[in-house]
Amino acid sequence: MYQLKFDEKRCLACPDGACLVQCQYLKYEADPARKEMVKIFRGEDSPVLQDCVTCYACEEYCKRGNHPFYLINERRENKGILTAPRAITRQWIHIGEPKGKYELGRIGKIALSFGFMPQLKEITKGRLFEDVMPSYFFGQEFFCNVVYIHFANTKVFKERLPVVIQNIHKLGVEEVVFLHDECYAAFTSLAPAYGMEVPFKSVHYFEYLYNRLTALKDLIRPLNVKVVYQRPCSNRLCGDSHLFLRKIMDRIGATLVQRTYQDETALCCGSIFRAMYGYDLMADVQGRNLEDMAQSGAEYCIFNCHGCMNALSPLVAARGMTPLHLIDLCRMAIGETPEGGQ
Amino acid sequence: MKYAEILHRCFRCGYCKFTLDYENFNCPPYRKYRFDTFAPGGRMWLIRAWLDGEIENSERFQEILYSCATCGNCVEHCAFTFRENLVDIFIAAREEMVNGGRIPPPVRDYFKAISIHGNPYNLPAAQRSSWAADLPVQPYDGQEYLFYVGCVGSYDERGRKIAQAVSRNLIRAGVSFGILGEREPCDGNEVRVLGESGLFEYLAETNIALFRQLGVRKIITLDPHAFNAFRKEYPAFGGDFEVLHYSQVFSRLIESGNLKPGNFAARVTFHDACYLGRHGGEYEAPRNILRAIPGVELVEMRQNRANTLCCGGGGGNFFTDILGGEGDSPSRIRVRQALETGAEILVVSCPQCAKMLEDAIKAEGLDGRLTVADAGELLDASLRAH
Amino acid sequence: MDHIVQALAGIVGKPYVSASAEERYFYGRDPGLMPAHAPDYVVLPRSVEEIQAIVRLAGREKIPLVPMGAGMSLSGLVIPQRGGIVLDMKRMDGILKVNEAARYAVVEGGTSTGKLHAHLNRYYPRLRFSTPDSPAAATVAANVMIHGQGRLTQQQGFNSDMVSGLEVVLPSGELCRIGSCALSDDWFSKGPPLPDLSGLFLGWFGATGILTKVGIKLYPRKKMRDVEIFITDSPDFVPGILYELTHTEMAEDINIFAQPLPLIFSGNHHIVIYFTGDSAEEMEFKKRTLFHALDGFIKNKDGGFMTVGEGMKKTLLDMPQRSATTFADVTKGGGFEYSGPIVPIDRYPQCSRKLDELAVKYDLKYHATARIIDKGHAMMFAFSFTFNRADADMLNRTRMALSEASEYALSIGGLFWKPTLDEQRIALEKMDPQTARLMKRIKEELDPQGIMNPGNWEGI
Repeated sequence: MYQLKFDEKRCLACPDGACLVQCQYLKYEADPARKEMVKIFRGEDSPVLQDCVTCYACEEYCKRGNHPFYLINERRENKGILTAPRAITRQWIHIGEPKGKYELGRIGKIALSFGFMPQLKEITKGRLFEDVMPSYFFGQEFFCNVVYIHFANTKVFKERLPVVIQNIHKLGVEEVVFLHDECYAAFTSLAPAYGMEVPFKSVHYFEYLYNRLTALKDLIRPLNVKVVYQRPCSNRLCGDSHLFLRKIMDRIGATLVQRTYQDETALCCGSIFRAMYGYDLMADVQGRNLEDMAQSGAEYCIFNCHGCMNALSPLVAARGMTPLHLIDLCRMAIGETPEGGQ
Repeated sequence: MKYAEILHRCFRCGYCKFTLDYENFNCPPYRKYRFDTFAPGGRMWLIRAWLDGEIENSERFQEILYSCATCGNCVEHCAFTFRENLVDIFIAAREEMVNGGRIPPPVRDYFKAISIHGNPYNLPAAQRSSWAADLPVQPYDGQEYLFYVGCVGSYDERGRKIAQAVSRNLIRAGVSFGILGEREPCDGNEVRVLGESGLFEYLAETNIALFRQLGVRKIITLDPHAFNAFRKEYPAFGGDFEVLHYSQVFSRLIESGNLKPGNFAARVTFHDACYLGRHGGEYEAPRNILRAIPGVELVEMRQNRANTLCCGGGGGNFFTDILGGEGDSPSRIRVRQALETGAEILVVSCPQCAKMLEDAIKAEGLDGRLTVADAGELLDASLRAH
Repeated sequence: MDHIVQALAGIVGKPYVSASAEERYFYGRDPGLMPAHAPDYVVLPRSVEEIQAIVRLAGREKIPLVPMGAGMSLSGLVIPQRGGIVLDMKRMDGILKVNEAARYAVVEGGTSTGKLHAHLNRYYPRLRFSTPDSPAAATVAANVMIHGQGRLTQQQGFNSDMVSGLEVVLPSGELCRIGSCALSDDWFSKGPPLPDLSGLFLGWFGATGILTKVGIKLYPRKKMRDVEIFITDSPDFVPGILYELTHTEMAEDINIFAQPLPLIFSGNHHIVIYFTGDSAEEMEFKKRTLFHALDGFIKNKDGGFMTVGEGMKKTLLDMPQRSATTFADVTKGGGFEYSGPIVPIDRYPQCSRKLDELAVKYDLKYHATARIIDKGHAMMFAFSFTFNRADADMLNRTRMALSEASEYALSIGGLFWKPTLDEQRIALEKMDPQTARLMKRIKEELDPQGIMNPGNWEGI
């Protein structure tokens, strides 16, 4: 069936063990890091399998094209090591199960994917999307299934992701703009890592937004605001998409304030930690992250993921910053008023 | 019966009886009678029992069915998804009753009057525009708007004053409008809610044909009941017009500067008409008028907008008087609520509300302490002062 | 006109009496499954004097009397078993006083929970009462009469435990004050430190007297209120989870629900934990304490805190909770009924498994809900089935499922809550015979003619 493409030789020859060295939750030096990954690959026990918190960052830290986090996930599943409580995992598996209740717009050659995130339906309004809308799809049938790698589970996405690929393919689309990181990651990172063929082009919405803003540049009035950005775990799986963020901010006249927890050192929103471990780790990362944001003097905290938004919006607001999705910020830049704030 | 498949789903939980915050019971017949049979849940269960043959049509059953003011409070506050059809169900039951031929005499008299005279007052059509005798109101002849006055505005003593005030405002603002006068038919809203769907269909089709023949495209109504009929019911018969209530027209005219209210010092409160508010979705236009009059201080009753307490005139009760005005009738409760705000004027936007509430003020012995004025009349007074 | 109607009209006024088929039909039923029995008369009294006059009339004429609120017990408690007069108490809906310093309110016998809720919201923002999940039309008096439960039951006990005094019309027509109000102007206690006579009335469903006034204890209302849900994949963990949560003394209400549909809930047991506070710090402290109380379960992967979406939170925090009522329309059929016995919390796993079994056996849509009572001294476990009122076979299967659920509850040491007549009979039969005899003596002493809600608590 589907096997993870992981090359042991790349670990053996790795100069810096970046995956575990840069990890924000475990402490490893370069040499032990390298050795530990090899142990894991070879199926031996490792404290990493107990202690990794599923932040996905090592997928980004590894510059050698291996998949350290996907490997950790595989080995956990092999050994029956759970990350989340069983009830939480069960609930998530139910959430993603196709129910025949999907929604399709007027599908063209290019389509927007809302995955299974209903908030995305509400937010894709206005001129930024008028060249593709109403070509969209939504529903569990189009759910990326990436979330299950938080839960030491490959079985679910190995079963469902190929079907999702087919579901998209059957719509006749050639190019899909994914409005959520995990969707984009499913087809550009996870699927290829497991040898699944993806018969359509995947575009990250950051790139799409940047191109649209360029096309509509006559409408842009620079916002002249200071913002901070909450980078989600899923963005670690999205290749170079992160590079578009600054370009977008420059285009719309928003100053992305430098802070400690940004780019490769970004901190998770904590909602997964909450479900898996309870209070302390969630409170710790949220506390540090918010403190860091608050010191920036930013007016807005910009989000790229509604999961992060649900977890952090009240905390952000309590610190005097307005929580806003990146799409809404871009809409403001071209003179549109996003409905409902968040 | 239409909607019969919904009847058994009522849980008789009573949410329909209340305002949004549960502070008061807001179903007009329930407030008056206080038997659960007179609340929407009671009607639902009894209609089902009647259709199943477990109870028979009786005077009491007719009273229960015809005391409903169709005010829509239940539609607003019922906890279940079928709430939007509640008033439709009560009307459908009335249709069944009409088809069965055993209905309260006042209801029968109403249908007879409309059928024969085209109005419920049994007055000649020739008198329909006599209210406009001293005004430079033109007959409709292709103007931008048809000003549809309606039976109450044309014949009722109180309603005529409102029609006159509204016309004066329209003339002042230079609005291009005309009236149908003695050719004006009954809009049929009350015919429909009282259950005579056949007569309503006839009225709707006749009216639509007449309007089309005259080239009517935009209609301003005096009465929210006509507003409701033209907007919501006539499209099913092919009636495709732009329909406005006069308060919406005045609100726009004030905003655009075509009407500049003068000073009128008064503390007022506003009673939302069910057919403009809950049924029509318009809560702000009349308030915009009031807020634009210098000197007017608007204080809201606690029960306002979607929580308005119906004056009790809806559902045909303005004519049939089945809900009545004694004891704890909704109109009397309402004027007491108005008094509590400290207002001197109780402002309405419907000629039926006007009369119901005025009568209630008399019945409560509040003459002199509280006056009823239509928003159009208040605007008229402020414009004359200018 | 019937001379009884005339007599009643003489007491309450003609508009407030009915012997019409319509009222007899409607007041002879409730939205549950119990068979209908029509009353002969329905009256709407407005004062205590009117009620006394009606009771004396009923005594003279030997006519059964059934006082009612909104009729939402669902177990047929105000369906007049032997006809007679139904007293719809809802015209007596005043709020007579609120003593803020002593935290109690006195309401009339027909005042709705909705009205009390609205009144406190508007005039006493620092006070609240134990709002039940029943619709807002349910009356305070009926709710305490059936030992109902509400949002403060986890903290304080049954809603009847929160009664602070009663005024009762006895079957003889005499008026009686119960509690501190018998000796003082203050309604701060329903009995202690004197012999507690409230037990002669509460739980008797009107069979020993009519509540015309109820003193109800009020409690501090905090500015903030939030909810979290802890889920576990086996009912066996639930008692332990509840024990730890209640030990913290941080929770307001604790409910549990389990249901097969929608799919997102399937297979899990959801412990819904409410907490309140006046400041962000207080809220965070309580949340942290509640979370840490369950660290053991989290560590063993036996349970975790789920993400509660905005929409779900809004539904859960709604008070009264309308979604508790809309469960009735799941089958688009307008009905639900539940058997909600009171059991010790360690019986949760057994009850949960029994419910699953019954749903399969009788092919019904269902859910389990439970509410913790008095910091875990007991819980109400509801075997709840939703039915289509227009489907006679489904009604029948539901009745059978409920009957089996009740029997089971009793067999594992539980007690019926708002028992149907059959359940009352079973309880009296199973009870310590001396206790049953004592109940009989009390009923006969207070109501020698047997006219007060006859059929109820009658038996051996």
